[in-house]
Amino acid sequence: MLCVVVNEGRSMVSSEALIKAHDLTKKFGNLTAVDHIDFEVYKGECVGFLGPNGAGKTTTVRMIYCFLPLTEGELSVAGMSVSKQSREIKSMVGVAPQEDNLDPDFTVIKNLLVYARYFDIPKTEAAKRAIEGLKFFQLEEKQSVLISELSTGMKRRLILARALINEPQILLLDEPTTGLDPQARHLVWDEVRALRKRGVTIILTTHYMDEAAALCDRILIMDNGKIIEQGQPAELIKKHVGEDVLEVDNDEKLMQALKTEFPDARFETFGDRIHVFTAQPHGVFERFVEKYPYRNITIRNANLEDVFLKLTGRKLRE
Amino acid sequence: MTESPDSQSGFRMPTLTYRVWKVWRRNFDVFMKTIHVNFLPSVLEPILYLVALGLGLGTFVASIEGFSYIQFIAPALIAIAIMYGSFFECTYSSFVRMYFQKTFDAIIATPVSVEEVIAGELVWGATRATINATIVLVVVAAFGLISSPLFPILPLLAFFGGLMFGAIGMCFTALAQNIDFFNYPSFLLITPMFLLSGTFFPLSSLPGPVQTAAVTILPLTHIANLTRGLVLGRIDTFLSLSTETTMLLSIAWISAVTTVFFILSINLMKRKLIR
Repeated sequence: MLCVVVNEGRSMVSSEALIKAHDLTKKFGNLTAVDHIDFEVYKGECVGFLGPNGAGKTTTVRMIYCFLPLTEGELSVAGMSVSKQSREIKSMVGVAPQEDNLDPDFTVIKNLLVYARYFDIPKTEAAKRAIEGLKFFQLEEKQSVLISELSTGMKRRLILARALINEPQILLLDEPTTGLDPQARHLVWDEVRALRKRGVTIILTTHYMDEAAALCDRILIMDNGKIIEQGQPAELIKKHVGEDVLEVDNDEKLMQALKTEFPDARFETFGDRIHVFTAQPHGVFERFVEKYPYRNITIRNANLEDVFLKLTGRKLRE
Repeated sequence: MTESPDSQSGFRMPTLTYRVWKVWRRNFDVFMKTIHVNFLPSVLEPILYLVALGLGLGTFVASIEGFSYIQFIAPALIAIAIMYGSFFECTYSSFVRMYFQKTFDAIIATPVSVEEVIAGELVWGATRATINATIVLVVVAAFGLISSPLFPILPLLAFFGGLMFGAIGMCFTALAQNIDFFNYPSFLLITPMFLLSGTFFPLSSLPGPVQTAAVTILPLTHIANLTRGLVLGRIDTFLSLSTETTMLLSIAWISAVTTVFFILSINLMKRKLIR
């Protein structure tokens, strides 16, 4: 009872919260894939779920589009409970899943038309939207081609076009650019940004940090089924790794020098490289480099990957 | 507030809406694309059987209950077309759509529910059975082998018979871990049925216990029994029952088994797809 009251109090403050999860849990047998998480997604926001493989990102997304039933907790989309009004929720959500589940029995345009039928979109309207979608994703020339003849990048774009066929208010993108070359990735990014401008609320999962930094207003870092940190990308970088990172070849003497020079810094050794993180402002490393002109010294901006690795560790997950 | 079919776990009666037809329509559209490949085998196969078995082997067979051998097997070929049409559609073909093409996953992300996807597959299987049986019926008619005015009811029987075989097949699809698994029902269920359901010789020539088993557990026995009734106007009375009682028994048997397997297969598939 108390939970309900708390939740309702919160919804008064942020009447725009489109997705609300409270104590959300998913277990598969003994494995707890999502472990009592709370989060909210606001209207018009682009939120990224980051995490290593097996962190629970995809499972969370699948619960949002009512594909997986919850084990415990509450999850609502536009004020509707995923376990009670799945049809209404599914009709307002667009899903671009991780795996290619385009219909290989149909051509590119027929894929969109058949999919539109599942949403009760009238024939002429479906045809109009299908053509618009193909234009938007630069697939017009491929409209009469079978799925097997498309490249990975084209398939990804077609999956995005398909996810938009019902003009969704919420778009769920599960690893939208995995396996794409840089050109195709940037094209997808541009398209995601264009959709954000149109006011579509976007949730994406990714393990590319540059993707999260480039697209997301806010990121949620997941590990072992829990949300371990959340915030704006720039904020998180500043909070966890500071502004600059010094990278240098591993060397005993140099390590001593670094430790005297930067007593408050955090040192990490990865193979034959030392990474130095400091909370001190911009410029401190430059003075050090002047003093110790070693080879292979690099000063770079701290990035989301530093945050990610700091929070989730370097151990392989699979 | 409407129902939410997929979130309710546990065994239950499926909640189905008009969306079943959207799944049916998807399969129909694919079928129409390759219609020429679909039709040819369905037409050729019964012709081969009628010529080889009916005319060839038939010359060595005495008449059965007043019918020539070719007349006797013609309705059985319709029954077999019903069985093959839907059983293979709801096993191999459904499995390919579910497992390799992930078509079901794609549809479940739309307002169509898992239960409706499976029901659509079953109704499509029944449609395939109806199409195949109707083609065989036309071939049988072309050979001049129809002697009952009841034959126009056959497509209806084919649909419900197809629903039954499709639902039985779908239960195997729910249990299948890989596509090779279907070798078991194909060789242990479909082939024995093909041979032992009163198809190529009257049931009464089998030993008593086998006869009882065929009537009790083999669905094709009841379908073949009814197709023979609708094509020839007379049937092989099993278990020493009258013709009318035997036909009613077959209709009741098919109705009961179809209902049970329809509900069971949807529940088993739901358990497989929703974890």
